[in-house]
Amino acid sequence: MFENMQLVYLAIPLSCLAASIIAGVFGKKIGRVGAHTVTILAVALSFALSLVVYFDVLAGNKFNGAVYTWAISGGVPFEIGFLIDELSATMMAVVTFVSFMVHVYTVGYMQDDPGYQRFFSYIALFTFAMLMLVMSNNFLQLFFGWEAVGLVSYLLIGFWFQRESAIAANLKAFLVNRVGDFGFLLGIAAIVFLFGSMDYSAVFSAAPQAATVTFPFMGGETTWITVICLLLFVGAMGKSAQVPLHVWLPDSMEGPTPISALIHAATMVTAGIFMIARMSPLYELSETALSVIMVIGAITAFFMALIGLVQNDIKRVVAYSTLSQLGYMTVAMGASAYAAGMFHLVTHAFFKALLFLAAGSVIIAIHHEQDMRAMGGLRKPMPITYLTVVIGTLALVGFPGFSGFFSKDAIIEAVHLSKLPGSGFAYIALTAGVFVTAFYSFRLLFLTFHGRPRMDQEVRRHVKESPWVVTVPLVMLAIPSVVIGAWYVEPMLFGGFFGESLKVLPAHDTLGQLAHENPDATGVELLLNLVLHGMMAPPFWLFLIGAITAWVMYIDKPELPGKLAVKFGAIYRMLMNKYGFDEFYERVIARGVRRIGRLFWQIGDAKIIDGWLVNGTARVVGWFSGIVRQIQTGYVYHYAFAMIIGLFLLMTLFLKP
Amino acid sequence: MEAHLLSLVIWTPIIGGLLVLATGGDERASIARKIALAFSVVTFLFSLSLYSGFDKTTAVMQFTERAPWISTFNIFYHLGIDGIALPFILLTTFLTVIVVIAGWQVIQIKVAQYMAAFLIMEGLMIGVFSALDAILFYVFWEGMLIPMFLIIGIWGGPNRIYATIKFFLFTLVGSLLMLVAFIYLYQQSRSFSIPDYYLLPLNINEQILIFIAFFAAFAVKVPMVPVHTWLPDAHVEAPTGGSVILAAIMLKMGGYGFLRFNLPILPDASHALAGFMIALSLIAIIYIALVALVQEDMKKLIAYSSVAHMGFVTLGFFMFNEQGIEGGIAQMISHGFISGALFLCVGVLYDRMHSRQISSYGGVANTMPVFASFMMLFAMANAGLPGTSGFVGEFLVILGAFKVNVWYAVLAATTLIFGAAYTLWMYKRVIYGAVANDAVKALSDVSAREVVFLALLAATVLIMGVWPFPVLDIMHASVENLVAQTAASKL
Repeated sequence: MFENMQLVYLAIPLSCLAASIIAGVFGKKIGRVGAHTVTILAVALSFALSLVVYFDVLAGNKFNGAVYTWAISGGVPFEIGFLIDELSATMMAVVTFVSFMVHVYTVGYMQDDPGYQRFFSYIALFTFAMLMLVMSNNFLQLFFGWEAVGLVSYLLIGFWFQRESAIAANLKAFLVNRVGDFGFLLGIAAIVFLFGSMDYSAVFSAAPQAATVTFPFMGGETTWITVICLLLFVGAMGKSAQVPLHVWLPDSMEGPTPISALIHAATMVTAGIFMIARMSPLYELSETALSVIMVIGAITAFFMALIGLVQNDIKRVVAYSTLSQLGYMTVAMGASAYAAGMFHLVTHAFFKALLFLAAGSVIIAIHHEQDMRAMGGLRKPMPITYLTVVIGTLALVGFPGFSGFFSKDAIIEAVHLSKLPGSGFAYIALTAGVFVTAFYSFRLLFLTFHGRPRMDQEVRRHVKESPWVVTVPLVMLAIPSVVIGAWYVEPMLFGGFFGESLKVLPAHDTLGQLAHENPDATGVELLLNLVLHGMMAPPFWLFLIGAITAWVMYIDKPELPGKLAVKFGAIYRMLMNKYGFDEFYERVIARGVRRIGRLFWQIGDAKIIDGWLVNGTARVVGWFSGIVRQIQTGYVYHYAFAMIIGLFLLMTLFLKP
Repeated sequence: MEAHLLSLVIWTPIIGGLLVLATGGDERASIARKIALAFSVVTFLFSLSLYSGFDKTTAVMQFTERAPWISTFNIFYHLGIDGIALPFILLTTFLTVIVVIAGWQVIQIKVAQYMAAFLIMEGLMIGVFSALDAILFYVFWEGMLIPMFLIIGIWGGPNRIYATIKFFLFTLVGSLLMLVAFIYLYQQSRSFSIPDYYLLPLNINEQILIFIAFFAAFAVKVPMVPVHTWLPDAHVEAPTGGSVILAAIMLKMGGYGFLRFNLPILPDASHALAGFMIALSLIAIIYIALVALVQEDMKKLIAYSSVAHMGFVTLGFFMFNEQGIEGGIAQMISHGFISGALFLCVGVLYDRMHSRQISSYGGVANTMPVFASFMMLFAMANAGLPGTSGFVGEFLVILGAFKVNVWYAVLAATTLIFGAAYTLWMYKRVIYGAVANDAVKALSDVSAREVVFLALLAATVLIMGVWPFPVLDIMHASVENLVAQTAASKL
């Protein structure tokens, strides 16, 4: 279709960057309409070109090449370049589509905000950074994109910078991510050390030989590959909010809702998942790393979902749900079911963006109220929002036939088949997680849209459906939330959709085994098989129990939750305190570091160096000069006397016969 | 002209400075400013022709000039630059232009003297980077301190006398030991030519003693822990322009000295004492970062942050590999831009509020949005964000350190966390938040003149971050040569 695809590759991220600069620097000149027109056009163009690339890749045209040389040092070239294959093309399409929807939605959501142009500039910049991250063909650019999306996330969480809670949240997000990046950067340094290259293809092709290189560690021996994989995973734990580096994500809800959907649900937080999938040729070589990933992911998936049960802020419920779903994806990576994890990433991007944007639609309808206890009964005045939330919820809980069903079921089945240590625990955690997911999702649905309206009279009278710029993106996201799973389950899970871009060793091939269980079935038959199979499996029953429990507690007997909270006080408090992570980080780590800093400053610098060494030297000199000063009296006859003595001494010395 | 280009770059600003002085009192201040700007720009253009005429394929000294000066002692007016010196000369000429623009309205008393001091200091600093004769080097080295004393002593803050004396004593002690080392080297070689010293055989005891003497001079300048305490005091009292030159260029003299003297002249001592140097560097990176975290004065915080960033420089040098050394140099260049920019940012605020205390501020973004954007960029660069120049050096040094010892890299990489913590926490308290008081409410955003210098620095920081290739390309041949020199034992 296009003569020169390389120009298309360049145009996809650069159009977003250009729009961001225009909206950011000339925002005042071009005004609100100018700012949103230029950014929406740019991201729409980016989306259209991404689709072109997507179909071009499916037609077999891949690309791997450098754009320019960033630097050369010590014989290692550091380059900026693109790798366009099934994996990156999929991510590009998802990122630009969700970003496009969020751009349109923002026109409605942010219409009263004084920082309108700045907001569009930031989200366009984010799209650029995210695209550079997924399109990279080397670790350097990956890290560039990695940090750049972190920067934009920081700027957007703190978008309302007058609010103390927002600027505390964005600092926290940046620093926690930096803890992850600390590991990530060391992982990259280890790669350069071991392979002498930053290029994916060079590293991946050399990896099998390097897999056996060991080094002594803590008394034992470990392979470099394991160390590299674990260090890179530390980065993923930061970006994809895995326990214990998850604490920033719930707080990131301080940012405006569109970015909660775009950055903190659909795209940026999946960067860690994408990274592991991209590095599958490395991760396949370390079963230790895979086990660790699986366990961490399972802990995140289950325990974060539990917190979602007790949250009252609508956005926070969705945020904890995101954490939990990221855990599912991480587990998929650990079980070597990369395709299933990526599949869930894609379906999740649509239905989670949908849920966030729908939550935003509710929030603006009732005048920026986020507490679900002040909602209720919104089903009637907001039918489109309600319907889309129902779709999003069914997709999230994995109702058979909806998108989330296919991807989540595949993950659970794959973990079931995994033989790595920790897979048993992961299987139980994920299966139990289905019940919790269903419970909090329906709780949200019931509290918000059903029951009796609990907002005050004044607000209730003015509640109405959101304008089209808000509802159209909702509908546009609801469509893939329903169909994308059924559409892609066959190629993505069983058809080798990702081709060479994902690598699985035969010993770990859980999805391959899964395919074995559905022999020969294709098309509708396969879908029916999967749905029927799903309806008989434990996750489906757990989902039903979860949904019914939510109905009982929030529709049938609304007084029940309060009673339970009292009865199981300890558990309730533990969940409300989010297991105490925040408190620990704030009280012990943040405060401790500040205390050490103060100690160093006042004892080290002020007392020891300046006090003893510097002023001590000065005192010694002062004391010595005090003695010498005694001699300098200023009386001429004293000096004359000294000169005479000196003269005599010299004469006796030199005039010796 | 080609033959004397280096002399031209050194003496143009000095002559310009004398001309500016000749304009006299403050009634002719506007002429003084214009002459100063003209000379600083012309010097910058001259230095660009150094860059365009530079052959980056060789490590041989270029643009050399050699004329007898004091023949009795074999002292020559001997100049020349390699790929290590050139970036620093460009940094000096660029930042002097910025400083002249920055002092345009801020300085209202003794304008001619202020501008002249900076121009003369510029010439002397370029002299330091291009001298190939030890005595000439020493003269430039000591000479450049005089304008700096005056700048702090005359245009400085209330406690300026204490700061100048501390600064003076610290640097003097170190410099005198360096002179002693030069005299010893002269006695061994009958020459003051620095390239001659590279070939001079020295036994390990001689090397270690000379290393210590040089260390005394350079460690104070870098500054390394524990001789860094003069820096926060000097910065706090210095006027904005003084702080910029001090942090951006004078600190680089120390790092440059290690590369020009310690590593190539004393390869065996460098290896023997590498552990000590690495330990001090890592202490600077971690200990100083924690001290920076709790500072309440913005200038002190940036000063401590400078010490921590310089820790990366010395760490990189004593890895003795190309990535380490090139990373160290890149870190110095980048720190020149970033610390300069941050001090200018503090200056912009100080000119309006007359306070450097973090607690006097809060919510500046409400009244100064353009300024807040600039400062965001520089804060992120200071935290080593990829895409800014601050990332290049730290990244290469970490790569270089990883090759030598994994734990060096691990400890150095903590800067990712601490660097972000102290910079962004300060940013949060100063720039973000609701308007803290009436003074902040009355602030006016940056003027056109302020936008000029902030935008120039922002562009440089971004360009070097996105494409550091040219900067590293200049120095490759020279650094390779230096690595080889350092690897060859003199014993």
